[in-house]
Amino acid sequence: MDLSIEVDSSTSIVSSINAQQGEERNKMPVPSKISRIAQIRLVNCHPEVYEPCDDSFALVDALLADRTNLLEHQPRLCLEVGCGSGYVITSLALILGQESNGVHYFATDINPHAVEVTRKTLEAHGVQAEVICTDIASGLATRLEGMVDVLVVNPPYVPTPEEEVGCDGITAAWAGGEDGRSVIDRILPVADKLLSDRGCLYMVTLTANNPLQICLLMREKGYASRIVVQRSTEEESLHVIKFWRDADVEVKEPNRTSPTGTESWLSQFSRFPFWRNSNS
Amino acid sequence: MRLLTHNMLSSNIKGVTNGFPLRLQVEKSVEKEVDLNPDFLKNIFPKIEWKALVDASHALGYPELPDDAEPSMLDSHDFLKKFHHALLELHVEEGALICPETGRNFPINKGIPNMLLHEDEV
Repeated sequence: MDLSIEVDSSTSIVSSINAQQGEERNKMPVPSKISRIAQIRLVNCHPEVYEPCDDSFALVDALLADRTNLLEHQPRLCLEVGCGSGYVITSLALILGQESNGVHYFATDINPHAVEVTRKTLEAHGVQAEVICTDIASGLATRLEGMVDVLVVNPPYVPTPEEEVGCDGITAAWAGGEDGRSVIDRILPVADKLLSDRGCLYMVTLTANNPLQICLLMREKGYASRIVVQRSTEEESLHVIKFWRDADVEVKEPNRTSPTGTESWLSQFSRFPFWRNSNS
Repeated sequence: MRLLTHNMLSSNIKGVTNGFPLRLQVEKSVEKEVDLNPDFLKNIFPKIEWKALVDASHALGYPELPDDAEPSMLDSHDFLKKFHHALLELHVEEGALICPETGRNFPINKGIPNMLLHEDEV
């Protein structure tokens, strides 16, 4: 049985905006409308920090595609877990606006070089976010419980040997352990704790991570889900999935045995909107 | 690091039950002016541990906040200005956060607190 999702390689909004920024640079002044996301030339780098790549662009594309929705919900606190170069949190801050709009940003990374690079990238774009060096949201999760309106995560999702997970330096940016799920599976309960009633999570996943099963796990916590961006690159098939609390989703008891038979799997999946869409 | 962040951080060391608030040690601080948004302040107010904010702002040399605060004070523009300044405009650049229970020191460098734990603390 093939449970993979149809992937269409849509044109990246980000690449076209970056191209536009390139063209606009020759004309002065640069219209502010164009600078809605971080500019690659202003993103700092470091040999031990993950540079913006297809997955980062896909995530920013998803945020741009969902911008109207995001603004309608009037987010107050936004958090990026695993901010790396700072490309995504900077873009989010440019998309949603800053203090005058009443929006504030937090960004965390386990890599001390990454938080430093993120700080510089934010500064280069003239936007502010609170940057914290920590593992996922350790130290924040207690007090920030139920307060995060937008959570964005480009997790380490590459399947690797378990011992590479959480290593020093850049390895932590991609090493995801078995099925690339080790860190993702630690992030999901933290996300559930942090998100406000109207909060939503945008997360990048790889087909190898079994995104449908991730959606099922979140469904058991009361979340609906939708694929915002799907993209095939030479090396991987990426999905950016949005999760949000949905009153219509029945919250299952913890420790409940998951259905294992083929038919029950399929009947679960068929309730997901994107699953229906990909079949229609 | 803003005092908003200080108010949202607690000691994450394994076994610590009383990890909030972290004591603030300031070596260097800066002020960065930002636009005041009354809605944000009114919404965040119930989530703020007031005493922790007052103590932290004292550590930064800003003694203007009243010792106690209640929601009705949010109607006063003067109060909002002080609350806004303490919460969002004062930044700790260099210093440390100290766990109230264990005395463990979490350094703040270039405005970024480092909450990473040693293996035996996780």
